[in-house]
Amino acid sequence: MAGLLLLGMLMAFPTLAQAARIGEVSEGNVLDRAIRFFSFRDPTVRIAVAGCVLLGLCCGLLGTFIVVRQFALVGDMLAHAVLPGIALGYLWTLSKQPLHLFLGAVGAGIIGAIVVSLIRQTTRLKRDTALGIVLGGFYGFGILLITLIQKLPGDKSGLKSFLFGSAAALSETDLGLIAVVSLVSLLILGLLFPQFRIASFDPTFATSVGIPSQAMHYLLMLLLAWAVVSALQAVGVVLVSALLVIPAATAYLLTDRLHRMAGLSMLFGMIAGAAGAFLSALQTGLPTGPFVVLSASALFVGAFLFAPNHGVVPRWSRQRHQSRKIRRENTLKAIFHLLENEGSDVAEGKVSHQALVDQRRRSPLLVDGEIAALVRHGLAESPDEQGRVTLTEAGRARAMEIVRNHRLWELFLTNAANIAPDHVHDDAEKIEHILGEDIVRELERSLDQPTEDPHGRVIPLAMEESGGSGI
Amino acid sequence: MSETSQPSPALEVHDLTVAYHKKPVLWGVDFEIPAGKLVGIIGPNGAGKSTLIKAAMGLLPLSSGWVEAFGRPLKEVRDRVGYVPQREEIDWDFPVNVMDVVLMGRYGKLGWLKRPGKADREIARACLEKVRMLPFADRQIANLSGGQQQRVFLARALAQESDLYFMDEPFAGVDAATEDAIIALLRELCSQGKTLFVVHHDLASVPDYFDWLVLLNLRLVASGPTSEVFTPEMLAKTYGGQLTVMTEVAEVLRRNEALAREESH
Repeated sequence: MAGLLLLGMLMAFPTLAQAARIGEVSEGNVLDRAIRFFSFRDPTVRIAVAGCVLLGLCCGLLGTFIVVRQFALVGDMLAHAVLPGIALGYLWTLSKQPLHLFLGAVGAGIIGAIVVSLIRQTTRLKRDTALGIVLGGFYGFGILLITLIQKLPGDKSGLKSFLFGSAAALSETDLGLIAVVSLVSLLILGLLFPQFRIASFDPTFATSVGIPSQAMHYLLMLLLAWAVVSALQAVGVVLVSALLVIPAATAYLLTDRLHRMAGLSMLFGMIAGAAGAFLSALQTGLPTGPFVVLSASALFVGAFLFAPNHGVVPRWSRQRHQSRKIRRENTLKAIFHLLENEGSDVAEGKVSHQALVDQRRRSPLLVDGEIAALVRHGLAESPDEQGRVTLTEAGRARAMEIVRNHRLWELFLTNAANIAPDHVHDDAEKIEHILGEDIVRELERSLDQPTEDPHGRVIPLAMEESGGSGI
Repeated sequence: MSETSQPSPALEVHDLTVAYHKKPVLWGVDFEIPAGKLVGIIGPNGAGKSTLIKAAMGLLPLSSGWVEAFGRPLKEVRDRVGYVPQREEIDWDFPVNVMDVVLMGRYGKLGWLKRPGKADREIARACLEKVRMLPFADRQIANLSGGQQQRVFLARALAQESDLYFMDEPFAGVDAATEDAIIALLRELCSQGKTLFVVHHDLASVPDYFDWLVLLNLRLVASGPTSEVFTPEMLAKTYGGQLTVMTEVAEVLRRNEALAREESH
């Protein structure tokens, strides 16, 4: 269900983007571009989409481990630290040779990682500070170099797209690089998935059973550096880390198993990649990175709101459901108390509307609503002409259960926990609604099948025990 | 000792020194443990108890010395050594369930590319049953109480089917019922001839739980049967001059002896 919803959001997303731009571009123009995009006739489009989807897959997989190992900032640092390497790789040949750019970037990434460990080992600065220093320092240096390069002669057209990414500028060599990195990551992490899971969860234990967690950590960092470098052309330095973190974080909200998280994360990464490539293709000159990241963020918002266990909306609706149930049960209890006080039969006795209003200390209108809720749930008969209420069999059973829970708990607190009898009521008010069958049986046993609560009132028997005797 | 027939000790630590940043934290620790003992590692905070078991397992670089289990270097008998880490070292929000964690105990025997099969799952289930956690097999580990988490770790160690176990404070943060269940399980393992090394904090229960002790305070203070080593003098040496603790412990010791005498009559 959540999946459908997310899909719906994604479908709505391009439409929104189109609508926003109708003023600037003629509708036909956008439609034409959309149709051209989906026909995949254009080789640029094919390469762009393939590249972005593969990157989403690769970053989604690596990101799973980044997120569970709490390394999100490391990805961010690597992504920024490679920029001077790219600039130096360009200066090497004064042209955009993919291999040289790649080597420069990987070199800069490794040097960045080494500087981080050096700072941590030789000073008392903590990891986040060391990462911040390297991230900012290297990035600033990279920006400076790239600005200087712009003043040099030669082909430097695409260099600026490393900042924000341009999927349209992906060459076949770039795509090849992305494919190789994705394949290698998929192969290594797929084959050694259980070992990576152990090493991420409990590195000390992993080492004790012969899994070299330190070496696997470096392997993961190396794959990460490669992925970051191969992603630069498509999504850019600034937003690579978002592609690493957001799909994985989205998946983390949806599942409690690592392999499912990895699968979902790859899926979300691919969706974000495809959507980003599509959106940026709608008009030339728009960077791809922001659209990829925005698509990923839209998925995250969807999971944040609607994830079955951890989502905000399901949690809120569970709470609402519970508070309504408690209110119904309190109404039942009020009816029971009224009948008990006047000594009438719980099965036959009728309670007037006014009496219930007094007992509940609520407005007549609210009490009307509460009675209607009881009737709707089959706990009370519809009020008669005088507006008097009778409980159904189910209503009677639940009312007695609640009062029984309440009085048992009060008795337990006074007897077993030595709490004064006048202090136990408020606690029992909350506990009565949530005590399960098992705990109630245990309370009965430990209290030796009691019949009276600490205030001297009778503890009603549960329905099945009272049998046909009709209390 | 009844273990005289045993050719080599379960664990031999020879002149072990460990240093962090050139600052030694364990000096020249040297002892032998016969097989089949329930061994308590006792010492004040910062005495190097965790460091000792991590170094013994080869998880930390040694400045000097060597460690042998069953007469062979530890690296060669890794599949006969089990480990229970401290509970605080783990991120309990990690996306794994109880079964996943227990199955991790099987990978030491599985090798790199083999996945756990039906037999491994059966063993894991049996181990969960032993610590009475089988009904929780599908639970995410964050949704467990501290005692339950500790029992999951024990089940994982059981699944390793080792002969020598290192356990880092398995009683930390567990309720009394769990502590009883754990100690019963450890005794059962011992009676099967397994050797257990347990870092422990609560001095009052020491004579009750362990039949061998390693007293540690940056150096080895004593190693031997509890009846010989758990004396006020040795504890005074271990806890170095902390007189209030000493008098308390002496009192506990006297009380325990009285209890033991009463039980035997």
